[in-house]
Amino acid sequence: MTLLQIRDLDVTYRGPRGAVPAVRGVDLTLEAGRTLGIAGESGCGKSTLAMAVLRLLPANAVVTGEILLDGEDVLTMGWGRLRAVRWVGASIVFQGAMHSLNAVQRIGPQIAEPILVHEKVTKAAANRRAVELLEMVGLPASRARRYPHELSGGQRQRVMIAMALACDPDLIVADEATTALDVMVQAQVLELITGLVAERGVGLVMISHDLSVLSATCDRTAVMYAGRVVELGPARELFARARHPYSAALGSAFPVIGDAASRRRPGGLAGDPPDPAALPPGCSFRPRCPVAAQGCAAAEPELLALPGPGERHSACFVAQAGGPVVVDAQGSRS
Amino acid sequence: MDFGLPGGGTARAVDGVDLDVAPGEIVALAGESGCGKTTLARALLGLERATRGSVSFEGAPLRYSTRALKAYRRSVQLILQDPTGALNPRHTIYDAVAEGLRIHGIADGETERVAAALSRAGLRPPEKFFLSYPHELSGGQRQRAVIAGALVLEPSVIVADEPVASLDASVRGEILALLLRLRDEMDLGALVITHDLGLAWSIADRIAIMYLGRIVEQGPVERVLTEPRHPYTRALVSVLPDSPLPEPVVLAGELPDAARIPSGCRFRPRCPEYASGRAAAVAEACESEDLAVASAEASSHQVACHLHRIERRAAA
Repeated sequence: MTLLQIRDLDVTYRGPRGAVPAVRGVDLTLEAGRTLGIAGESGCGKSTLAMAVLRLLPANAVVTGEILLDGEDVLTMGWGRLRAVRWVGASIVFQGAMHSLNAVQRIGPQIAEPILVHEKVTKAAANRRAVELLEMVGLPASRARRYPHELSGGQRQRVMIAMALACDPDLIVADEATTALDVMVQAQVLELITGLVAERGVGLVMISHDLSVLSATCDRTAVMYAGRVVELGPARELFARARHPYSAALGSAFPVIGDAASRRRPGGLAGDPPDPAALPPGCSFRPRCPVAAQGCAAAEPELLALPGPGERHSACFVAQAGGPVVVDAQGSRS
Repeated sequence: MDFGLPGGGTARAVDGVDLDVAPGEIVALAGESGCGKTTLARALLGLERATRGSVSFEGAPLRYSTRALKAYRRSVQLILQDPTGALNPRHTIYDAVAEGLRIHGIADGETERVAAALSRAGLRPPEKFFLSYPHELSGGQRQRAVIAGALVLEPSVIVADEPVASLDASVRGEILALLLRLRDEMDLGALVITHDLGLAWSIADRIAIMYLGRIVEQGPVERVLTEPRHPYTRALVSVLPDSPLPEPVVLAGELPDAARIPSGCRFRPRCPEYASGRAAAVAEACESEDLAVASAEASSHQVACHLHRIERRAAA
C-alpha cells in the first residue's frame, strides 16, 4: 500500500486580509522506503504542506482534500486516532528545530517523552531507548544528561532527529532540517537520515530550497511555486535538466563546483516569489518567466505528464508544447 | 586575535593570518561557524584591534584614532547578511543611501551622488526609489539599496559578510552578478565571507579556507576547489552534491573550541590522513608543528599541511 497519498490538497488561511491560498490542488504520493524532495522558496506552501500532513495547522487554516497515511485519511481522523498517529505513524523535523527543545528539561527525558506517551513502557526503559537513539544519531550517551543550551546547533538538530525516530514512524517529514547547519554538519545529518531511511524502510519527505542537495539525496523531487507543484520528476534529472522555467532558475542558484559554465555567471531571477494573497492572473510564474508566451496570462497550467521517457511532469504551457524553458547566454532559447 | 573569556582563559579566534586583497579582486573567505572569519572581517574593518600583527591598506598600516578610522571606512565598506536589519524601516531609500555622505560631511552634489550610487547598484531609474521605504522593495532590491549605501562613498573594497544568505535562492544571482559588474566596471575589490563554496565558485577569483583561526589553504578558486590539497578543504568539497571529488569524506565531530586549540596541527584530531596512517611519514610534524599559509603572489596555491604542502618551484 502507498505510504502517503496527498490528493487535491487545498489549504487556505482565513485572516484580516481575506482568504490567502497557501496550498492549491496538490497531489503527491510516496511509497515506503522512498524519498521525495519538495523544493521551493518563501511563500510556496511547502511548510504548510508539511504541517498539514499531521494536522498541525492553526485554527484559521481551511483544509480540503485527502491526506492518506497507510490508507487512513489524516484530515478526518478522530482526535484520539490522530494523537496515536503523531510520532508513531509519522513525525516531523522542523527547521530551527534546535529552538523547539524545552530549554529547562534535560535531553534524555525529552527524547523519552513521546515514547512514554505512546508505548506502555517503564520510565527506565524509555530512558534506555533514548540513550540508544542518541547513539544512533552519533551523539554520546552522556548528552542525555545535558540541557539544550549545552549542545551546539548541529547537535540539537540531531536530538530532534532522534526524537522523530523515537517511536519508529513509517514516515518522516524533514522541513529544511539541515538548512541552518554548516556544510560538514549538514553532510553528517544527511548521511544519518538517508542511512536510517534505507535501513528501516521509512518513507522520507525532504523539504528544502536547495535543489542540489535534494538531487543528491532523494529519488524524486517536486518543485513548488505559489502553492502548487509546478514540476515533478526523478531528482537528479530534474536538477540536471529542468522542464519548468522556475525549476531551471532555482537550480541555477546552486552552481556545481568544477562546472566552467557557472564560473562568473550567476543565475537567478528578478523580483520576489509572489505573495500568496495577491497572485497574478494566469500562470503565477509569468511575471518572472524568461520564456513566457502568449497563452500564459490566460490560464494557469495544469501539472501534466510530458511525453518521452522518465516520468517527467510539468505545469508549464511552453514545456508541454515541447518548447525550451531556458534562455541561453546568447539570448537564444535552448 | 585573543579574546578573554569569563572565568579566565583566552580564546584565540584568529591565529596567524596573512591575507591580501588586490585591487579589483574578489576574494572569498570560507569556513564553518566558529572558524574566526567574522572576527577577521571585523579586524579588517577596524572594528576590533588585533592582539598581534596589523591590517594595512594600500601599503600603510591602519591607525585606530577616530579620524583615521573614519577616513579608512570611506575606502573599505561593509555589507552584512540581512538587508532588512541594515535598513532603517522609517527612512526612505534616499536617506539610507545619503547617510554615509552626511556622516562624512560630504554636502556638495548629494542628490547626484545618491542617484549615481543607486543606478550603479541597479536600481533604475534612481529617482523612482528616492521616496520608497524598505518594505516596499523586494529582498533583492533591499540588498541593492544596502550596496548603494556602500558605493556612495566610492570605496575601493567592500567586505561582504554572507551577502546573499538571507535572500531567496532564485534572487541571489542578481546580487552576485552585481558584485561582478562592480568589479568589472569600477575595479571594486571585495572580500566575501561565506560558508557557501558554490558562491565562491560563482564569483570569486581567489579563496582562503579558514579552520580554527587559521587559513589552511589559499589560492585561485579553480585550483583550490577542483584540486584541493588540504585534507579539510578536500572534505568540505567532497560532501557537496555533484562534487568534482569522487568520494565524500564526512568528518566526524565539529570545530573545536577556540579556547582549546589542539597542539601541533590544529586539524590533526579530525584529519582523515593522520587517522588512517597515510601521514605516518610526517606524523611527528603533525603532532608538534602548526603550519601557517604565508601570503604570496596572487596566482599561487598554498597549503598548510605537512603531508600535502606544495613545494615552491622556480617557474612551476
